[in-house]
Amino acid sequence: MSRAPEHLARDLARRPARGVVVGEHLPHESAAGHVTGAALYTDDLVGRTPGCLHAHPVQVPVAHARVTGLRVAPAYDVPGVVRVLTAADVPGVNDAGIKHDEPLFTDEVMFHGHAVAWVLGETLEAARRGALAVEVDLTELPALVSVHDAIAAGSFQGGQPTLARGDVERALEDAAHVFSGETEMAGQEHFYLETHCSLALVDEAGQVFVQSSTQHPTETQEIVAHVLGIASHEVTVQCLRMGGGFGGKEMQPHGYAAVAALGARLTGRPVRVRLTRSQDMTMTGKRHGFHAAWRAGFDADARLVALDATLTSDGGWSLDLSEPVLARALCHVDNAYWIPHVRVNGRVAQTHKTSQTAFRGFGGPQGMFVVEDVLGRCAPRLGVPAHVLRERNFYADGQDTPYGQPVKQPERLHRAWATLSSEADLEARRAEVAAFNAAHPHTKRGLATTPVKFGISFNLTAFNQAGALVHVYKDGSVLVNHGGTEMGQGLHTKMLQVAATALGVPLSRVRLAPTRTDKVPNTSATAASSGADLNGAAIRDACEQITARLLEVDPDSSMSWEDRVRTAYMSRVQLFAAGFYKTEGLHWDSAAMRGEPFKYFAYGVAAAEVEVDGFTGGYRTRRVDVVHDVGASLSPLVDVGQIEGGYVQGAGWLTLEDLRWDESDGPGRGRLLTQAASTYKLPSLSEMPEDFRVTLLPDASEDGAVYGGKAVGEPPLMLAFATREALREAVAAFGPDGEGPRPGVHLASPATPEAVWWAIERARAGGDDRLVLGDPAEPDDTGIVPPQPDGPAYRPSSERLAQDQDPS
Amino acid sequence: MEAPDVVVNGRAVPFVGATPHTTALDWLRGLGLTGAKEGCAEGECGACSVMVARPGVEAPTEWTALNACLMPAAQLAGQEVVTAEGLADGDTLHPVQAEMAARGGSQCGYCTPGFVCSMAAEFYRPGRREAPRSAEAEEGHECGPNGFDLHALSGNLCRCTGYRPIRAAAYAVGQAEDDDPLTARTRQQPPATTYAELAADGARFVRPADLPALLDLLAAEPDAVLVAGSTDHGVEVNLRGRRPPLTVAVDRLDELRGFAVADDHVELGAALSLTEIERRLAGRLPLVGQMTEQFASRLIRNGATLGGNLGTGSPIGDAAPSLLALEAEVVLASVEGDRTVALADYFTGYRASVRRPGEVIRAVRVPLPARGLTAFHKIAKRRFDDISSVAVGFALDVDDGVVTAARIGLGGVAATPIRARATEAVLEGRPWDAATVAEAADVLGREGTPLDDHRASAAYRAAMLRTSLLKLHAENPAPELEASA
Repeated sequence: MSRAPEHLARDLARRPARGVVVGEHLPHESAAGHVTGAALYTDDLVGRTPGCLHAHPVQVPVAHARVTGLRVAPAYDVPGVVRVLTAADVPGVNDAGIKHDEPLFTDEVMFHGHAVAWVLGETLEAARRGALAVEVDLTELPALVSVHDAIAAGSFQGGQPTLARGDVERALEDAAHVFSGETEMAGQEHFYLETHCSLALVDEAGQVFVQSSTQHPTETQEIVAHVLGIASHEVTVQCLRMGGGFGGKEMQPHGYAAVAALGARLTGRPVRVRLTRSQDMTMTGKRHGFHAAWRAGFDADARLVALDATLTSDGGWSLDLSEPVLARALCHVDNAYWIPHVRVNGRVAQTHKTSQTAFRGFGGPQGMFVVEDVLGRCAPRLGVPAHVLRERNFYADGQDTPYGQPVKQPERLHRAWATLSSEADLEARRAEVAAFNAAHPHTKRGLATTPVKFGISFNLTAFNQAGALVHVYKDGSVLVNHGGTEMGQGLHTKMLQVAATALGVPLSRVRLAPTRTDKVPNTSATAASSGADLNGAAIRDACEQITARLLEVDPDSSMSWEDRVRTAYMSRVQLFAAGFYKTEGLHWDSAAMRGEPFKYFAYGVAAAEVEVDGFTGGYRTRRVDVVHDVGASLSPLVDVGQIEGGYVQGAGWLTLEDLRWDESDGPGRGRLLTQAASTYKLPSLSEMPEDFRVTLLPDASEDGAVYGGKAVGEPPLMLAFATREALREAVAAFGPDGEGPRPGVHLASPATPEAVWWAIERARAGGDDRLVLGDPAEPDDTGIVPPQPDGPAYRPSSERLAQDQDPS
Repeated sequence: MEAPDVVVNGRAVPFVGATPHTTALDWLRGLGLTGAKEGCAEGECGACSVMVARPGVEAPTEWTALNACLMPAAQLAGQEVVTAEGLADGDTLHPVQAEMAARGGSQCGYCTPGFVCSMAAEFYRPGRREAPRSAEAEEGHECGPNGFDLHALSGNLCRCTGYRPIRAAAYAVGQAEDDDPLTARTRQQPPATTYAELAADGARFVRPADLPALLDLLAAEPDAVLVAGSTDHGVEVNLRGRRPPLTVAVDRLDELRGFAVADDHVELGAALSLTEIERRLAGRLPLVGQMTEQFASRLIRNGATLGGNLGTGSPIGDAAPSLLALEAEVVLASVEGDRTVALADYFTGYRASVRRPGEVIRAVRVPLPARGLTAFHKIAKRRFDDISSVAVGFALDVDDGVVTAARIGLGGVAATPIRARATEAVLEGRPWDAATVAEAADVLGREGTPLDDHRASAAYRAAMLRTSLLKLHAENPAPELEASA
């Protein structure tokens, strides 16, 4: 195992004495463009692209069927239809993914709304009418629509990993308290405001230029190339900016880019593919819902001694990113808690639904959900307040995660928790809540605190690399390219600050060019919260190469920047540089599920107070306080925005957003019932915490991270467990009072007003936490026993590929 | 074609390039004004929000934020519209733009131009500095120190920020300058209602100049689809491919926009927007005020009308339950003249009514005096911008502790909005106490035939009917004392 020398790590984090632009409180670099409407998104280019054709999918409204006939001729009778694209048109590989299980034009409909052909028209209306005219013959097949259907049918895909430490069976036997239960959590639609969009053009040499709303331009490029049967150097992908991504544009854009590119190659005209909201919701992947069966053991002091769980994710029809999502879920089932004996099995159900994919947190939220649900439900049974139970089980110095990585900086967790306690005045407010509840029979408040520990880096070591290209022009102006994409997370803002700091120039001298695969190749997805860490270090590397060369012409730095640059040019000094960075010290064995996959952990804690209406189950979030560790912030306004936005998005997942699929045996089986903004409700202004206070943990510079900043994209989403746990506390307050152990509250997910209302009804009836305790009269009865894997060991194909090609 | 120019961001633009089913959003984007975006195409997200000059309540003209994705482009003919691109003065950002940018109100930026337009409309609202617009805003403290009513943004969704910085921006904007050209515009008369006609792509769009012309047209072509705010029609066009051969706009007909308070009733023009009704009533019919506060979002209420809500006849429309409780009447006009139908007799089945071919809803009449205890309970997942799973309108008189009259309207529990007559019968003549209420609530829980769907289970809907009366009683145990207090 290689480790970066300590001094190098400190060097990367160290900020110069002067000209520090990182850490400044700056608005988003495109803010003026956003507010005036001048900022362009991919679909805004269509009006600037003469002769553009518009594409419309032919979606099949059954969940599972074999296509026995496809007649496209009637579409050509529709005025304005130019071309119908089918599998027969694909010159290369008919696949939209990297695992060869996602045909771009399928002959087996695998989910309700699966597209079997695309129609190109002079107008979108012509393409739409053309798509309606295409005739499809089908032989319907049985469809598995829920994770329960798939478990019952034994329908799984991919590897089945186990993450284990210690002796779970023995520890459960010796535990003072053992509880078992099932936990189910919903998926989540990304609902980026900008739906998937690609615009493809072909130049005079047949090279393809695709503008795409993609978090992973390199992979979009690769898939366009393999669909067209051409090499990567004949395809350029550009992403100006995205109207939100959240993981939904990490792997999902490729097929739509490929359709646009294929259409452009076949017609010689620009082709636009833009999904309507309903198309986007019915065709693209979402956050995985999970089912978990678990047993948990506590000692007499309510310390967790063992957790035995089997997590089954609902992967949808194809594998997509389900394996790495599952791996991250298993690696976060501990969240911030020391659990000496652990056995967590994972498996991916194959169902006839959209192919579930990356979504902010990437399995981490689902893993944490399990342990937070265990603690929230068991605390009353243990007779310990939930916030005490949580704190008592926090990691301490010297402890390792279940996969064997030392838990670095656990003191930050304790420090953040203490800061939160005082800044949010938690002790006094708990008393206020109790007094309010005693005085209000029909309205109850709940106050809860929850922690987050989230591992930063791609689990797969190879992805932890990045490139940048920095140009200094003769007039001293600077142009930066890097491999990361901007989706609203403020990456470009931070990267401008990093470049200005590294070169020692004012921010106004630096400009950022759109992300393009012909500027920086072989990039990793802008994902895993790693964008600023990886690309920032690569930019800094490029800038420092240039700075070092400039020192040659101006050793005592006596010249102005402009003079130094001019002098360097006249001295024939190279004024541009390619930067590169790879995260040192990572290793991961995904078959054994052991290693040190993460560079560091991001920590945060949150306290939420809610008020619940006992007549309806409706609720308001009265106040949320957050203390979060972003290291030494690269850009405080951006970081606070990520924390607030992540929190509300997480609260949406946990309390509001309700993906409902038709699970009936009727003709609509498998149809997504909530496929529009009118039926799928994301948080609006009324769900915003009425009082929202975010504190960045002070004195937190991170060694080994560029300018000491820490990743912030994903971790705050999981702070929102505080809202869910506060609802649980408020629901419990509708139940009978009393001292000592009593049933906890089972809260369905998402905890919609209806779900909360049913939980209140159960609480009023004396409580029902749905825990299975085993029968004391039957010593062999241990309640629910999580099923053990019988599938193949886990080994993602991408990792196999990397290892197969490794000459060592 | 006969369609006058559209004034876009202060410049007259010929109205060309649209079919009757082209949305205002697509038409504006076709001009190169790509700031307004399509986020959902059904008026839920507000990314397409633009400001349109409409007749005002507190000034001759008011800048009204509307969903451009729902409005047929042809409805813009002869009108004035301002988009996000039209707000800045050269390189100087408009005050709402400056606050949104500086406070981190944009992340991905896709929803931002829409937020900016909704925020600018509230920025220019005459009388903003004096008082918040809505009672609920005061109650929930959803009003800034600058008089900014947060409900102005209830129809805009943001997926990135969590809204806190957007609220901060809204509460930080100052007052509009008197010499601001958009302020100055509010002091002039609104654009005239002009006849417009457009035929393309096998379909026609007509905006008649007055009611007689409308009635003649409907007599000749009774299958015409009437649109006012287009908040329902636009969804049908965008999401369900509806392409009616003839669309007739009635939104600007003066005869459908009356507002009159008589001794024994209030008459609300069918083509008044819900926002206009809310503001013209100014608290006069509290039940209607409560209903309009919770009806969809401000962006929708700025376009949506009572005529449209009752005309589509949706069983989950929010207007009907409260109007049923108020025993409202519907005034139907045709070339034969007017006739009046009790709302309770108006609905005949799922999205069906007694309205005959050739008839248009001209107005809704609400009798006066209104009953003493009224309330509107809406059950939905979200407090802003949502569709009811159940809606209940209550109008009761309680004298000497006895319920002397009870009228209850229900939505979401049957194929049509209905009156809860069995519950009314249990309540009337009985003391307004826990025993009566418990008995009546059980009856109310069995009214209608609620369905299971993605919004709510049937059991929850029934439970919500029951608890709505319990809640009404818990909140108003002695309504007479409150009234006299």
